[in-house]
Amino acid sequence: MAQKSKTDYKKIFLLGIFQENPVLRLVLGTCATLAVSTQAVNGIGMGLSTTFVLVGSNLVISLIKDLIPERVRIPAYVTVIAGFVTIIQMLVQAFFPSVNDALGIYLPLIVVNCIILARAEMFASKNPVGASIIDGIGMGLGFTMVLLMMGSVREILGNGTWFGIPITANLIDPMLILILPSGGFFVFGCLMAVMNLYCDRTGQKRAELSCQSCPAASACSGCKSCASKEESPVEEARVAKAELEAEVLEDQAADKAAEGKEAEDK
Amino acid sequence: MMREILIIVFTAVLTENFVLSQFLGICPFLGVSKKLSSAVGMSGAVIFVMTLASAVTQPIYQFILAPNGLEYLNTIVFIIVIAALVQLVETALKRYMPPLYRALGIYLPLITTNCAVLGVALLNIDEGYGFIESVVNGFGGGVGFMVALIMFSGVRERIERNNIPKALQGLPITLIAASIVSLSFTGFAGVVEGLFA
Repeated sequence: MAQKSKTDYKKIFLLGIFQENPVLRLVLGTCATLAVSTQAVNGIGMGLSTTFVLVGSNLVISLIKDLIPERVRIPAYVTVIAGFVTIIQMLVQAFFPSVNDALGIYLPLIVVNCIILARAEMFASKNPVGASIIDGIGMGLGFTMVLLMMGSVREILGNGTWFGIPITANLIDPMLILILPSGGFFVFGCLMAVMNLYCDRTGQKRAELSCQSCPAASACSGCKSCASKEESPVEEARVAKAELEAEVLEDQAADKAAEGKEAEDK
Repeated sequence: MMREILIIVFTAVLTENFVLSQFLGICPFLGVSKKLSSAVGMSGAVIFVMTLASAVTQPIYQFILAPNGLEYLNTIVFIIVIAALVQLVETALKRYMPPLYRALGIYLPLITTNCAVLGVALLNIDEGYGFIESVVNGFGGGVGFMVALIMFSGVRERIERNNIPKALQGLPITLIAASIVSLSFTGFAGVVEGLFA
């Protein structure tokens, strides 16, 4: 029995890092990912702070999940999360003032990082304490990994350094644009393209920004109107165009067949 | 005073655009920009809530938290105030202005967890803005969000009509398009100071 629950924990832990990576697979926490990934060290600071908050909030929420009335659960979760964010804010200010300066308002903004609310809503409110803690650690480390990856790419290419150590700074001119906001979008776009390739190869579903991964989905009646693909007029036009092209092709094929027949007849 | 207010508005809308240069509110920016109508509805709600949140949180900080040495509680107080405010606005709109509620109401629950709203409240404190400057900054930030969202929904409609390499389809091409839109906003750097020098 003990053996069985152990393997479960391992699976939950690994799910957060790879299969259900919060950024790459669930597309959560994009704001923080783009904003603080200008340097590798910022990524680590932000990732570990988020992990702390995630573990704490998952722990508390899974403990009190039966006490919270259904209707006020989102405000209750947000309050718990804000409490942990205040704790980490004070810890970082006290022990790592340089990280605090680098992260700026993004440190308190962990409160509204969708990863944390989404895990509270989807996992901690349905699972026992132990599993919730492990899920928090796995998700947090998965998030840290992506931040470190993006931070490294942007810092090495954009500034020629890695963790502040010069790497290519004296060899080639750094591409400053990767440090700028637009570079963040670009690197993240490339990363998602690589993920798409990987998903196609392994036959998994591609990551999409959808209402399913949105933590506010249950409170939001706008999901139906927030742009489902079938409703979009452009998509309709495209489908219509594709049908038309298919018809034309069929006609052409029919014509060819008829021509072939005529030739045979002659 | 007028000059300062104009500088705050133009900075919030153009040079320090909340979405494109400060990465606040990326989720709705990517999620709701597929259709122009929902982009307009969403940004209307965001302008409304950001202005209101700035107007409420700044006095709370200045007159309640700061005099009592409770500055460290600002994150937790602000998020609770914003959540309550959004709920209040939703109820009030439903009761007194049904047409406006139908237009904006469905986006309101999403806004509680929108980083732009908490972000503007925290930025106002960081910058040391007074009441009027905070409200103006909140409004400007909301308008900046609307500009970015509406522009981007146009860009996305164009993207949908084109042939895109298979690996880039979906989210990646959206992000790369956002990168180019964001790059164009980088061009505004320094313009605002020049305008009102």
